[in-house]
Amino acid sequence: MALDQSYIGRSYPPSEPYEVGREKIREFADAIGDPNPAYRDPHAAQALGYDDVIAPPTFAIVLSARVGAQVVFDPELGLDYSRVVHGEQRFVHSRPVRAGDRLVGVLTVDNIRAAAGNDILSTRVEIGTEAGEPVATAYSTLVARGPDGDSSPGKES
Amino acid sequence: MTATVNYDDVEVGTELPPANFPVQRVNLVRYAGASGDFNVIHWNQRVATSVGLPDVIAHGMLTMAEVGRVVTDWTGDPGSVLEYGVRFTKPVVVPDDGTGATIEVTAVVGAKLDDRRVRVDLTASSAGDRVLSMARAVVQLA
Repeated sequence: MALDQSYIGRSYPPSEPYEVGREKIREFADAIGDPNPAYRDPHAAQALGYDDVIAPPTFAIVLSARVGAQVVFDPELGLDYSRVVHGEQRFVHSRPVRAGDRLVGVLTVDNIRAAAGNDILSTRVEIGTEAGEPVATAYSTLVARGPDGDSSPGKES
Repeated sequence: MTATVNYDDVEVGTELPPANFPVQRVNLVRYAGASGDFNVIHWNQRVATSVGLPDVIAHGMLTMAEVGRVVTDWTGDPGSVLEYGVRFTKPVVVPDDGTGATIEVTAVVGAKLDDRRVRVDLTASSAGDRVLSMARAVVQLA
């Protein structure tokens, strides 16, 4: 099923603030099996020069996926989420996310295309503090595998 | 930022310590809860196979996180990772067989950049397949 191309270039208003909690960072670090003390112990994080515990480099997905849901789960777009696999992901950090941050994300649809029977959606979420300090940009490409699509989504891109 | 690796001590070709990460179904359930990604293909074999996958597959973001740990363990400061990107080329298939899957990671310094930054090139395999391509991190060293 082809996705609605008119979404290309669409930008969404800033999301409601997401407050990053120490225990959320710990939960995420536990889930990825990473024992790094900088994710759990404020003193360990301070020894590295941070005000509070910091989050793993991929933690920004927690916020960017929430913000991206505005388009991913928009029925008008026509994406079948049970057929979606992740094609590409990239983070560019101005600084690590840290506990206490109140972050907002601005979603932009960078591209929509079809390749090898799959629908491919590329988005960008610019993440910054409520006060306007840039923190990270998350670039995501999701692939909705068509009935006859290639099951190795990254291969053709 | 306080990376423990000095830029002057690394060269193009310097290898980072490799690592293997086991992944079982419980890890996928846990990651789903922590990340908020409840896509059924990561926990429901019936749905996964009905949409043409061989079995339940790991979240790409879980793989990306595990692979990135090779970099953050190396530098000693997770905040030293300025950029990190991957392409997901093959799924990490996680069978419900008591063993699950293993992600094998290698990493090497691919380029020395300005401002005491380096590009680290990563590889990740599972069950003999390369599961990532273009896996690269730009890292601030001391």
